[in-house]
Amino acid sequence: MATEYQYHSNIWLEEPEPSNPFAAKASFCSGYDVHNEVIPNASWFEYLLLLFKGERPKNSDTALLEKLAMVLANPGPREASVRAAMNAGVAQTNHSSALMAALAVGAGQYGGAQELSICMALWQECQFDITRWQKRLLNPSDDERADIWLPMEHAPGFDPNGDATPTPILQSLELLAGLAPANGALAWLKANRQALELHVGYPLAMSGLAAAALVDLGMDEDQGSMLYLMLRLPGAAVHALEQKHVGWKNFPFYGPAIELEEDAFPESQDQKGAGE
Amino acid sequence: MSHKNLLETEKHWLTRKGKAFLSDRVILHGKDLHQDLGDHEWMRVYLYSILEREVEENVAKLLNTFWVCTGYSDASIWPNHVTALAATVRSTPSLSLMAGMSVSEASIYGRRPEVRALDFFYRAGRHCDAGGDLIEFVEGEKAAGRTLFGYGRPLANTDERVPYMLEKAKEFGLDGGRHLKIALDVYAYLNETYGFSMNVAAIHAGLAADVGLNCQEYQLFMTPCFISGMIPCYQDARDRPEGSFFPVRCTNIVYNGPAKRKWGD
Repeated sequence: MATEYQYHSNIWLEEPEPSNPFAAKASFCSGYDVHNEVIPNASWFEYLLLLFKGERPKNSDTALLEKLAMVLANPGPREASVRAAMNAGVAQTNHSSALMAALAVGAGQYGGAQELSICMALWQECQFDITRWQKRLLNPSDDERADIWLPMEHAPGFDPNGDATPTPILQSLELLAGLAPANGALAWLKANRQALELHVGYPLAMSGLAAAALVDLGMDEDQGSMLYLMLRLPGAAVHALEQKHVGWKNFPFYGPAIELEEDAFPESQDQKGAGE
Repeated sequence: MSHKNLLETEKHWLTRKGKAFLSDRVILHGKDLHQDLGDHEWMRVYLYSILEREVEENVAKLLNTFWVCTGYSDASIWPNHVTALAATVRSTPSLSLMAGMSVSEASIYGRRPEVRALDFFYRAGRHCDAGGDLIEFVEGEKAAGRTLFGYGRPLANTDERVPYMLEKAKEFGLDGGRHLKIALDVYAYLNETYGFSMNVAAIHAGLAADVGLNCQEYQLFMTPCFISGMIPCYQDARDRPEGSFFPVRCTNIVYNGPAKRKWGD
């Protein structure tokens, strides 16, 4: 165990101000001077790719990531992670609570980052082999052990509550595949989407689309998962703030919709007292 | 499958778990929270909420010791460290504790080793039920490259919680179960053969199996177990000057990445 109290990094170098060892005079990201060169000259998505990949990205990768980020930026107020943030916002809790709620819910296996992560691991394994994909989509884990994550309940990257492929998924697949390599994951997904949907019985989901895009960006499942979590937060943030102003009186309260099954429904002490 | 599955629950959620009839009564698994459970210790209510059944007093007392013996007020322990970092920058108590709790669902300590250890003992039991040999099962797991959670070489060679837990299990009459014996037999073999030590994850999981918790019940039960140790770490950093919790100087980021280079155009 390290007792020098040093952190090791291949990403970040800091040079101290002469007057204060705890203040950085200059910071370097994978060798590039952050404040003198990267911030003045690079775009946000170039910098993001530099942080994740350690190399200055190709323009085509930057364009793909930017459009992916826009596709993911707002899943909309019906989506579970955004709804979680809205629940935080309407209660006027801390902003970080809203985003923590969005992250925790957006981490899940139905539409969330864990599903995307499993999907990206399947890309490593199945590559462009449709027979293998068809087999593994229906049986995504071959580990019989219990884990902190529950077993997958549907084909990762597809929506078991879907019917036809939603229009924005098709539009985004078309757009992103046009920005990605012709021999990459998005192009393959575009070519094989219908066959895969037919096989699993339900349509492609945003998690499956994003997984392919992140594979084309050269991300592994850990990097992909982090980006997917981050890139969906703008919607969570603005809808949380919006609900703060809309107020709880205009926010759904599901009390009347929750019904206890009759035999799990003891009467109150007062009510049952008379009969006993 | 289709969206038609969703129509059923769009405006109606039929449940057996519970409901708050505000201004009247609150139901939890068929019992009135205030009338039927109101005199319970909180731990008993917590176990009732997880298990949907009341547990015997000795079981509740044993499980209570799981929490007691894992709440270490030492800010070098990672979840506590996160809590202390939150305090040193003056975040709120809830945010600080939730950050610490969420990182307790880790792979090298906390929830994953606990779940995997419990699963290991259940599978070992089934292997033996089917006529297999325990040592053969252990070696099979090792050969498959699987970590034997609860065993190995943790940060320290011995775990002070092991004798404590064994004593408590005996005190509550729960030291004679099958899975605790499996845990100890596995330790005896691994220690003799490979020099492995045993940590409390093995003992806790063996006992959890013996009192009948499944893996997710166990995960839910253990989720808050570090929190009593986090609170003093929060308070300690909160009471010191801002930013003073183990500050890191620039040169203590040891950089091993690419050499300095020009961004260019």
